[in-house]
Parts: sequence; C-alpha cells; structure tokens
Amino acid sequence: MDSASGAVHVLSPLAASVLRQMASLPLPPAKQPPEGYSEEKAECWDELYSLYENGMLFSDDIDTENASYASGFIKSICLHISHDCNMRCRYCFAGTGDFHRGRQLMDLETGKNAIDFLLRESGPIKNLELDFFGGEPLLNFDVVKELVRYGREKEAPLKKNIRFTITTNGALLDDDSIAFINEHMSNAVLSVDGRREVNDLNRPFEDGSGSYDTIIPKFKQLIKDRTADWYVRGTYTRDNLDFAEDVLSLNAEGFDQISVEPVVLPDDNPMALREEDLSIIEAEYERLAKVMVERYREGRPFTFFHFMIDLDAGPCVYKRLKGCGCGAEYVAITPGGDIYPCHQFVEYPEYKMGNVNDGSVDRIAQKNFMRCAIVRNDECKRCWAKYFCGGGCPANNYGFNRDIEKPYKLGCDIERKRVECALMIKAAEAEIDSEREDS
Amino acid sequence: MKNIKTLNKSTYAKKSVNAGCGECQASCQSACKTSCTVANQKCEKKSKK
Repeated sequence: MDSASGAVHVLSPLAASVLRQMASLPLPPAKQPPEGYSEEKAECWDELYSLYENGMLFSDDIDTENASYASGFIKSICLHISHDCNMRCRYCFAGTGDFHRGRQLMDLETGKNAIDFLLRESGPIKNLELDFFGGEPLLNFDVVKELVRYGREKEAPLKKNIRFTITTNGALLDDDSIAFINEHMSNAVLSVDGRREVNDLNRPFEDGSGSYDTIIPKFKQLIKDRTADWYVRGTYTRDNLDFAEDVLSLNAEGFDQISVEPVVLPDDNPMALREEDLSIIEAEYERLAKVMVERYREGRPFTFFHFMIDLDAGPCVYKRLKGCGCGAEYVAITPGGDIYPCHQFVEYPEYKMGNVNDGSVDRIAQKNFMRCAIVRNDECKRCWAKYFCGGGCPANNYGFNRDIEKPYKLGCDIERKRVECALMIKAAEAEIDSEREDS
Repeated sequence: MKNIKTLNKSTYAKKSVNAGCGECQASCQSACKTSCTVANQKCEKKSKK
C-alpha cells in the first residue's frame, strides 16, 4: 500500500522481492533496473517504475503543513437522551449509565434545544447526524419519538436532512419501538458481546442475570424486516482475547453485519487490554480475516465493521486529515444540555464546552479541536495508516496520556493491524473474483 | 501488468471537485459505539452516484 496515494497493489513474489530491493536503494527509483537483473526481474522493475511515474508508488506525501483546519460547523450530535440504564455492563464507560453524576433523563425542551442548536450550528452543511445514545435510550423513548418528529419539522424549510440513529442494549425493544426504529433510524447499533457466556458475564441486568436470551430474539425481530443499516456490536476485553469466536457466534445466530471492538478501560482494570496482549490480539484479527476470506469464497460472506474499506469511494483527503471531528464538528449533549467534545469526554467535566439551553459554546475549545488530527503529532505523521485512521481518538489520548494530542499506542497498534487485515481481504477477494472470471 | 495488480480504480490523493465538502458522516473511533473510523466510510457524493 502506497501510504501517500492510497494505491494498493498485489505483487507476485518476484515483484515483491524487486520492490524490497528498490526500496533499499536511494529514492526516487532509477528508471533503469540495476545491473545484472534477469529479464523477469527487469520486467518487475519496469512495472514498479511505471507505478512510481503514475504517482502510485513512493509518491510524495500530501502537504499537510498547509492543511486547513476542520470546519467549525457542528453537524453531528450524540444526544444522551438518558443517563440511566437497565443493565450493569462491567466495562461501561459511563459508570453503569449515569456518568457518576446521578441518573437523569433528558426532557423534551432540552432535546428540542439540541436540535435547534444542530440546525443553527451546521451552517451550510446539509447532511446532519443525531445519534440517540446514553445510558440506554429506550428508557426515554417517548422523548426520542417526539424529537424525531420535531427534527423533521424543523429541517424541512432549511433543506437539511438529519440522519437519526440509535444505539441500544435491546432489552426494552417491543413491537412499537422496533417499528419506529425501522421507519426512522438510518442506523441501529444493537449491543451484544458475542457468545452467550461472554455476554452474560459482562452485560448483566441490574439483578445480575444474563441478558443474552432476552436481547437476541428482539434483535432478530428488529432486523427481520429492516431495510436500513444496522450492526450488532460487541466489546472484547482481556477476558475474551479469542474474540473471533464471538464474531462467529453472532454470525451463527444469523447476524451478518457485526462489529466487535476493543474495550477501553484504565490500565488498572483487570479487563483492560495491555501491551503484552497485542500479539494475541493481532493474531486474532488475522485469524478472523482468513475465515472471512474463506466465507467469501464459499459464497457465505458477512461484514465485520472494522474490516470494511472502500478503496475507490472512500473519503477525500480533507476528511482523512481531520479524523473524527470531535469537539469541532461532532459533540455530545448530556440530559442537562451540557455540550462535550464527544460521548467519551462526558466522563471529564473539565471538557464541558457549553450548554444548548443557553446556546453557549466555548469557541476557543472548539478551535483547539479543529486542528487536523494528523498534523498534530509526529507519531501520526510517520504512520503508514494515517489516512485510514484519521488520527486516532482524542478521548483515548486524554484518558491514557492526559493529552488529547498524544496517541494511545495500543489503540494505534490495533488500528494498524485492522487496516492491514482489511487490505488483505480486498486483495484476496480480488484474486477469488479473478479465478471465478477465468473459470 | 504481468506481475502487479492494482486494486483501486482511483485513490484518495486524486483531487476531487467535491473534496472537503463536509457532508460525509462524522467518524468516531471510540469503543463504546460503532466506531466508524475514516477507513470504514464512504464519500457522501460518490456514494450517491
């Protein structure tokens, strides 16, 4: 993969060997192959040189020194419609739902002010996002429904389009909420950890009982007639480093759009992932990727979120430079209307940026977050995966390093392996497609 | 090419008329919701074609 251009090439073993030689010699590469090259090796050299000439190999890095700031148009909101929860997930970033600040539901007035805030702050941007989050949003579903109605009414004269989405633990899903979600939410994230024993250990109800047998049928009912996006989404911890089994378990239940993601916890938590776990984690991503290639070959594919990659229609460079946009284009709103750079930052009161009920926004704090993520630090600048990663997670950086600009290394290592696996899958699928065409 | 196959039809480095429009989904890598890294996304304009 040529990092600066994004071009991905599959090389024969001989071409790979010639490329290693080319990379060991001074750059830019010479047009003429080295002395003594066989005809076959010279042919490889010529092909590689042609890629270089076309800006797809050893290409100059994109000039990020003059990159413009991310825009300050807030176009995406994570609405904490509820700081309460009917589960007690062991790894919950929100302290079992209330962010350690007392259980609270968002009232309708604050929700409407949040929507007004989004419509006002988004400037010329037409496509907006509002994610119903928490805590557990289904604990405040009447307000969710009313806010969707309000948002549709207010966006129309502005010719804007709010994409509503929801993340839920599923326990309170019923026919009414399922129908509403399927009609109005452009994405539904359904939280479940994978194998029953893993899920029930980490995602119990308040009384300690397991949730798996309650939520799985409800999720199946929701997706049965659903035409818009959805994912089942789990978390893996130190207790289940064999998380590919959880992905496969969810697939065996009939789900084919799956995300299982690494837990983020302080180092002193026994479930936290550690540097010494990295080689096991990397091997597990590779194992999963290989299984997915075989499934593709067999005609039984499934989607694993972090292996999704689009080599042709992915985001432009400007987007890749600015990354997640937290605090600049994306903010979280608590039930009391407080604005934070993202849902993770709600954990840190010192990062409060304002309140939608009085419209206050700390523009200096916003400007701080607007600096393009990749240009912020040397680690990002040097990383081959930077234009796929977009600069990491400032909330994780702050959580682990007390510095939003200092990358959380384990997160970087995991992300690089995921991108590598995603590229491998693309290459393998191209080969399978080619074999199918030939036969 | 005999020894090399390039997978992309186009790359992110190529200039686009609609580059930087800001219309695409906000990405998020956090572990507590579907973390939509930049890599997993589509261009809003290209995906509408």
